[in-house]
Amino acid sequence: MRVERVISDENDSFPVGMRVLAVDDDPTCLLLLETLLTKCKYNVTTTSQAITALKMLRENKNKFDLVISDVHMPDMDGFKLLELVGLEMDLPVIMLSANGDTKLVMKGITHGACDYLLKPVRIEELQNIWQHVIRRKKFDRKDRDGSGSQDKPYIDSSEAAGLGNVDQNGKFNKKRKDQNEDEDEERDENGHDNEDLSTQKKPRVVWSVELHRKFVAAVNQLGIEKAVPKKILELMNVENLTRENVASHLQKFRLYLKRISCVANQQANMAAALGSVDSTHLRMGTMNGFGNFHTLAGPDQIHNAAFRSFQHSGVLRRLNTPAGVGISGLPSSGLVQLSPVQNLGNTSTYQRKLQSFVIPGNHNANILQGMPMSLEFDQLQNNRAASHVGQFPSVDNTTVLPVSSISGSLIDAGCSNSPLLGVTSNSLLLEGSSQLPTLHASNLRDSVSGFPNRSTLSDFTSIAPASNQLHGSKADIQDQAFPISCNAGKIISSAPQDWNAPKKDAPYQSNVPSCSINSLRAVNGDMAQLGQCLDQNNPIFNRNVGFDFVDPLSIKCSEGENLATEPSVIEKEGYLMVQPSRQGIYIPDNEGENFAMEPSVIEKEGYLIVQPRRQGSYIPGNLGSLEDLASAMTKQDHDKGKPTDGDFGYNDYSLRTCI
Amino acid sequence: MERNPMRRQLAIMRQSLFDQGHVDEQFVQLEELQDDANPNFVEEVVTLYYRDSARIILNIEQALERKPFDFRKLDAYMHQFKGSSSSIGAKKVKAESTLFREYCKSGNGEGCMRSFQQLKKEYATLRKKLGAYFQLARQAGPVETASRPK
Repeated sequence: MRVERVISDENDSFPVGMRVLAVDDDPTCLLLLETLLTKCKYNVTTTSQAITALKMLRENKNKFDLVISDVHMPDMDGFKLLELVGLEMDLPVIMLSANGDTKLVMKGITHGACDYLLKPVRIEELQNIWQHVIRRKKFDRKDRDGSGSQDKPYIDSSEAAGLGNVDQNGKFNKKRKDQNEDEDEERDENGHDNEDLSTQKKPRVVWSVELHRKFVAAVNQLGIEKAVPKKILELMNVENLTRENVASHLQKFRLYLKRISCVANQQANMAAALGSVDSTHLRMGTMNGFGNFHTLAGPDQIHNAAFRSFQHSGVLRRLNTPAGVGISGLPSSGLVQLSPVQNLGNTSTYQRKLQSFVIPGNHNANILQGMPMSLEFDQLQNNRAASHVGQFPSVDNTTVLPVSSISGSLIDAGCSNSPLLGVTSNSLLLEGSSQLPTLHASNLRDSVSGFPNRSTLSDFTSIAPASNQLHGSKADIQDQAFPISCNAGKIISSAPQDWNAPKKDAPYQSNVPSCSINSLRAVNGDMAQLGQCLDQNNPIFNRNVGFDFVDPLSIKCSEGENLATEPSVIEKEGYLMVQPSRQGIYIPDNEGENFAMEPSVIEKEGYLIVQPRRQGSYIPGNLGSLEDLASAMTKQDHDKGKPTDGDFGYNDYSLRTCI
Repeated sequence: MERNPMRRQLAIMRQSLFDQGHVDEQFVQLEELQDDANPNFVEEVVTLYYRDSARIILNIEQALERKPFDFRKLDAYMHQFKGSSSSIGAKKVKAESTLFREYCKSGNGEGCMRSFQQLKKEYATLRKKLGAYFQLARQAGPVETASRPK
């Protein structure tokens, strides 16, 4: 008789203990399948209903390695289940059917099944199914680590958690290349577990400001080309940080840098783009600075990737839709909130990312931290302006979400507002980047004008590099912020159009906001409104402009100085637009400064979630602009329409300039 | 080899199931899955099959009473029935269900009815034979030698 092996040591003896979920409405077949699988030494869970299966899979994405499902089921079509599992969980799925018709088999393949077995199933066939898991894992890793990590693929992480995780990551990768990294990072780094996205069992790594700073320092030390996860990990010398965490973070970081450079170039575009940009972009535009991001995000997909990864559910998409929706509806408010993961559902991770993103202000790193650093945001408050810039890209991810919502609202606001928004966010973002050394103001400006959303991002990129250097002078930030602001300004202008346009990049949107802050500064010139805000300060921007998306402190321009003139970042409907003048730009840090005008920028966790403020719903300042914005935004939901304050310009979004 | 007479009888019975085409290779697979940890596996599965298939047969019967025939539905039922029948290795029953499905696809109501009747007969025969088989198997006792009756 066969000895029943202990399933626990999956690591060394994979495929023993591989966790399989078997779904079949026929009890006879199900029992048979279960027995066969057990005989193969897998760990089997069975259910006769597809809906139950989905529930089980959703509650813990890491619980299973493989799914076997019948094709004909009463409650749900097997192919549909196949699709959903592939999309949401990225697990290998094997189809099972008594019907071996070629057409059906073809259908299975096209829907993503890794295999198609005929009933009655034989044990020999089942003994080999584990290969699908390995294959996927490997494939995923390759994609995931594409950023140059040289570590050998850790196939050993066949442990359930690893497996599930990898699979999922990988799967996403396949599905959405861009997202792959983000996805991965999300999983790794999201500390936020409440959403479905919490795929990993492992505790997520949250890239705090400190951590990110170390990371950046390590990367700088090694040189960006030579920076490999392993070495970075060694240099960072942080316990409980795995190479994988670093790898994914590095990936994001790289994307961010890319985005920043694009943004810088496109600042100008942003403005223009604002209008046209898909909602997501728009958001960005408005976000000023952030807008750049958006732009980047949009077209480049860089962001998208980032964002996308977050949102499978397309939360981002939601953002996009706002075109016209205006923030009022706070359509994406879900997104905007970033904090509230709920919207995203899947995107929860995304949101988290956003959140972290928002924190640009805190420190240079902040920007960089945009990547899942939800913590950042708060930290951002610290004025790390520059850092954020770098972060933007990462932020984008998260911010994007909100952005969309904002864009919607922004759009309503009429592009006019957007500028502010865009700007604000940018500025906000920028704020962190006091260091933004590279902020090429000029670049930004230019970019802004021409920024078709994407461009703005480029502006940022230029800024981004600087981020490292961000620590430091405020002045720099100002400059930087400025450039960004330019963008922002531009973005804003363009944003309006953008908003409508970008549909796909919803994620971007969020980014933009962050940038906007910076841009706000720049925008000052451009956009009167913004300019005002910006001028004062980039600091104001620090607060993420209410753009919906949590504009992480993007611009912590002169700390605290929030753009006095600050154009109230208008949070168009949920967008946190930098409110002019609130005191200059909205206060960075949560301190209540909040933009009075703050559009309901929800400053969730430090990032400014620009929520479509419904009409000026005011965002309590306590959050710091962002939060205020956020809250304002939520409030605005009802308002829809114009911000009470001053409408768009000011929507109370508390732009939290993440300064 | 000397065997308990009961076991010998059991073996003969089993062989005839195969020879007469009531069960096929799949049945052997079931038997192979039976072990000490799962001593009555085959019977368990078959019992489950009875329950489930009885339900489906009833559905088909009811569907056949409604005129005109809903071939799509009939086909769906039969597909299900075929799936479980093949899982336990019920050869003749499975063959008959394939025939039934073909009649459904061609919209041959008459053919369906006839085929269904035949199927029910085969199904009944299978149940009888398997029933006797399992009963004897239980009497023959576990694999460990049953003590010879004195």
